Amino acid sequence: MDAPIEGFAFYDGNSLAGPLSEVFGVELTTAAGRCRSCGTTSELATFRVYGPAPGFVGRCPHCEDVLLRLVRTPDALWLDFSGVSALRILIPSDSADEEQQP
Amino acid sequence: MARAAIPGGLTVRRSWRQAQILERRPETASASTLAFEVTGWPGHLAGQHVDVRLTAPDGYQAARSYSLAAPTDGDRIAITVQRVPDGEVSSYLADEARDGDTVEVRGPLGGWFVWKPEDSGPVLLVAGGSGVVPLMAMIRSRDGASPTPFRLLYSVRTPQDRIYDHELRRRATEDGGLEVAFLYTRTAPDGETRSVGRITAEDLIAYGWPVDAEPTCYVCGPTAFVEKVSDLLVGLGHDQAMIRTERFGPSGP
Amino acid sequence: MNIFTRGFRGRKRDSTGQLPPGQYLTNDFPVLSAGPTPRIPLDAWEFLIATEQGESHRWSWAELMALPAESVTVDVHCVTRWSKLDTVWRGVSLDTLLADIATEADFAMAHSYGGYSTNLPLEDLLGGKAWVAYEYDGEELAPEHGGPARLLVPHLYFWKSAKWVRGIELMLQDSPGFWEQLGYHDYGDPWREQRYQGD
Repeated sequence: MDAPIEGFAFYDGNSLAGPLSEVFGVELTTAAGRCRSCGTTSELATFRVYGPAPGFVGRCPHCEDVLLRLVRTPDALWLDFSGVSALRILIPSDSADEEQQP
Repeated sequence: MARAAIPGGLTVRRSWRQAQILERRPETASASTLAFEVTGWPGHLAGQHVDVRLTAPDGYQAARSYSLAAPTDGDRIAITVQRVPDGEVSSYLADEARDGDTVEVRGPLGGWFVWKPEDSGPVLLVAGGSGVVPLMAMIRSRDGASPTPFRLLYSVRTPQDRIYDHELRRRATEDGGLEVAFLYTRTAPDGETRSVGRITAEDLIAYGWPVDAEPTCYVCGPTAFVEKVSDLLVGLGHDQAMIRTERFGPSGP
Repeated sequence: MNIFTRGFRGRKRDSTGQLPPGQYLTNDFPVLSAGPTPRIPLDAWEFLIATEQGESHRWSWAELMALPAESVTVDVHCVTRWSKLDTVWRGVSLDTLLADIATEADFAMAHSYGGYSTNLPLEDLLGGKAWVAYEYDGEELAPEHGGPARLLVPHLYFWKSAKWVRGIELMLQDSPGFWEQLGYHDYGDPWREQRYQGD
């Protein structure tokens, strides 16, 4: 996916995995967000993503309204999730992997 | 409380790691596979990708995403890079990078467009051009050891554009339960019965799974290709929830 | 810690001073977007200037076409680092559109079909520095480049030249637009490399 900085065809939320991994400790492309405009819940991986320059814009696959925006500047990551009214993040049950504490 | 590194990157490291180039191997005239060694690589799932970052002497950085081409193999990872016209990163990786050079990688990334051997159901893979890369990771991960049957439809312009050509043919014979169909959009080899052209519903019927087999479908390639194939699959009656997509740029990687 | 990648240069960035700092010259015209390309039929198209008092001034497409227009040749500089020199546009100057509008406002927000917005000082729309442009390179402005009409403010980074412009909202106080809300600079002078907030 050598994503060119130009091009107006959209990508999808898979391309947000890298930038989001800088701030979130869990995998977010499997998270599902409810669109504030139309109420449709979609996995982040299915968001229609424009960008990456000047920033990422993730839009609802149903109504195209903006769900999220992300900009990476030299010293910060700006994130606007306000188009998502609720986000469901899967957290794997990892009891098999955690070390037992005494 | 320590947390074990879970293969698939579900505990994601936020930092960039050094990746040293082990070898570069041409696949076609415009695509090459690069193998890297990444110390401490946590393992990954087929379908995941990495971000690759290059830094110029003046500090300028460029990063792009590439699908992992092969399943977990210790500290070794592989990507297949298609040279993009005027592509800063792809032209460096495909043409300039030498064994021993280091780049930075971040990942593994992505938890949605993945296949695990324990997943059930037949699998349909539909690739447009270099969209075959993550699907090849799935095929290599399956490696004939899984009872899950796979069918791959691989749309390319000409026979010379087939990435992993020999290996796909070999696996279609040896792996058992893998079928591969090449769909040519510009030039077909002699003896090809399907007429040249873009993928159609008839192709999905002829080379894919019937709807009542309820396959999990993975579609990867340029955006327009993925949109079209998704629409065709839904139009044939496949459940949207069973279709996973990954869109590359308009021109593909 | 950054590790330099042997043999990687990236696109050739100008060191002669001909371009603003950090830019490279392109002969293409890259298309960047925040969303799908809006399609606006000309009989529905309208340009609106709203003052801080709530007064509205509107032009239909026909009315815009009836206004005096100019052809200008300008350099454009995108914050994503490409610059394109000697681009030729035709459009109506914002001086013409703002001529009879009484306002105390110091700031403006440009609004676009599709929801995009960008803020800039009102004085940067005046004095022969800004146009509503509807032709590029002698042809009708293509939709992917902002047609039927876009704002053109070439002395600032090109994200201020709002594609698919539908109007200007005059404001007493500055307020960040679409990208400014996400960290891009409120002013955006390429020669002072004002890409991000705080630059």
